[in-house]
Amino acid sequence: MAGLAVLTVLYLVMILADFIAPYNFTATHRNFIYAPPTKIRFFDEDGRWRGPFVYPLTRSRDPVTFQLVFTEDRSRIVPVKLFVPGEEYKLMGLFKTNLHLFGVEESPDTAMVLPFGADRFGRCVFSRVLVGSQVSLTVGLLGTFLSVFIGAIVGALSGYYGGWVDIGIQRFTELLRSFPRIPLWLALAVIVPPSWPSTWVYFGIVTVLSLIGWMGVARVVRGMVLSLREKEFVLAAQVMGVPSMKIITKHLIPNTLSYLIVVSTLSIPGMILGESTISFLGLGIKEPMTSWGLLLKQAQSLSELQSHPWLMVPGLFIIVAVLSFNFVGDALRDAVDPYRTVEKV
Amino acid sequence: MIPMMLMVSVICFTITELQPGDFVSQYLDNPRISPEQIRLLRERLGLDKPAYVRYWMWMKGIVTKWDFGYSFAYTRPVGELIWERMGWTVLIALATIVFQWALAVPMGIYSALHPYSPADYCMTFVGFLGVSIPDFFLALILMYLMLQAGSASIGGLFSTQFIGAPWSWAKFLDLLKHIWMPLVVVGVSGLAGLMRVMRGNMLDVVGSPFITSLRAHGLDERTVRRHAIKNALNPMVSIAGSELPNVFSGTIIAAIVLNLPTMGPFFYNALLNHDQYLVMAFLMFIALITQVGNLLADIALAFLDPRIRMS
Repeated sequence: MAGLAVLTVLYLVMILADFIAPYNFTATHRNFIYAPPTKIRFFDEDGRWRGPFVYPLTRSRDPVTFQLVFTEDRSRIVPVKLFVPGEEYKLMGLFKTNLHLFGVEESPDTAMVLPFGADRFGRCVFSRVLVGSQVSLTVGLLGTFLSVFIGAIVGALSGYYGGWVDIGIQRFTELLRSFPRIPLWLALAVIVPPSWPSTWVYFGIVTVLSLIGWMGVARVVRGMVLSLREKEFVLAAQVMGVPSMKIITKHLIPNTLSYLIVVSTLSIPGMILGESTISFLGLGIKEPMTSWGLLLKQAQSLSELQSHPWLMVPGLFIIVAVLSFNFVGDALRDAVDPYRTVEKV
Repeated sequence: MIPMMLMVSVICFTITELQPGDFVSQYLDNPRISPEQIRLLRERLGLDKPAYVRYWMWMKGIVTKWDFGYSFAYTRPVGELIWERMGWTVLIALATIVFQWALAVPMGIYSALHPYSPADYCMTFVGFLGVSIPDFFLALILMYLMLQAGSASIGGLFSTQFIGAPWSWAKFLDLLKHIWMPLVVVGVSGLAGLMRVMRGNMLDVVGSPFITSLRAHGLDERTVRRHAIKNALNPMVSIAGSELPNVFSGTIIAAIVLNLPTMGPFFYNALLNHDQYLVMAFLMFIALITQVGNLLADIALAFLDPRIRMS
């Protein structure tokens, strides 16, 4: 149950990402490169309640280490307000607006509210995480849908027709399954040409991910179809002259639906993890689109980790999303499993 | 297994073929290299011949001369390159499997014997968590924690002073200090799965009639438990065999992040460089390992389960 709640929140946030984010995810802010997360305070230095606010940050260089240091300028209060006008964007890709859910009314040259800090180009990590969620979460859904679709059809064909079709398809899937996933992912991901525009790369990655997943589905669907094929209603349909494809699509596959739903929910986390891994290695989603894996790519070296640990936040989001999907999938599987005898408290 | 490997080789070749560009195309952007030179380079490396001719040449080399081709980037035969790194890869993979089993089996048994206890829930949750963390992220977190704890050399298998040094007890200790991170990173996700399966198996076995009959015979709990564990371990053996390729592929990501001298970062670089023969050889090798793993699992199962031996 908690899993479902978390997922609903995540997907709602994803749809409204541009609105919730205080800044545009590609907007760079020169004065705030590698800024640490700004603390949102409520009480000022005298202890008075002032509502949510941030102190503007001034950037200076440490004279000893030559590192950039951000110090808070406590003389000014910059309130954090709701529904502020900010940088322009297209809400859900449809209409232009510049209203953001929260933000500061000052220009980003002097003060910014950065819940998760900023990255190498001064881009707000929080905004990028929100926009990255759009890619990461939908890749899982699309990839799973595609792989389950292909797997169900192939499995049903294999199980229904039997004979040479069956043997051929089985040999082929056995062959593909003898490759472990990760090298195959990496090898297939390189096939997507780097010269393609971002959206095409996105669909390419979705295809690559789904190409690996359909085999498990095909196997199980084939088993189910093999047993379903012997039932009387199939015989009746054949005698009535219903064409084979119709039998498959209208009768056999809907009967496997409960399994398909469970296996989809359980493979979404694999897809999300796969996409993150590929993007982390630079073989997946390319700029300017962003995903959680790509965001983590910036946090790769030890020096980055030490000086700017807030760049690791997207990973937490990955964990939360995958964990929620695992919980939901597990609960679904327990609900559907006809052999359950033990009641879970 | 041979026809399987033949088809595997076809698939490997096709996958590498589909990748846009070849090794020479990275020189296309370089203004100092003329198109004429590029064409000559292609001819010399044999990259201008059609696909089936190249495939035939490659297979002929493997079958007759055990020659897996030539790595363009490293200018050395592929066979040598893979052989050098195979040692560490196999070692880490085997160590990970041992680590996974050593932890998963006791945890699974404990979980099954005390179901729904707080410890059980705790371990199940940790198991879930283990499956949900992407392995590269776990590597990052571990590196960060080690940095915070003040450790100086993280990643790689040895500290700087031991890298070229001859083997000694100190070097071995240093290895141990470094190797726990790859083991944890690669092993955690598999650990979770193994633990759950072990727990499920134990629960099934403990509830089965033969355990009840053993108890009815008056055997003490410890012996009963021993029998239960032996039976529950049975299906795990076939899982172990199929775990081998998973562990291998798991080491790839961890090795890239943690900078280990195994085949992982190697394969990754080869992919980025379009080093075709290296990529194909590596894919074939992994497929071979998978087949071997499955075979071993079948043999082990036949060995352990007297019922299969009799049939």
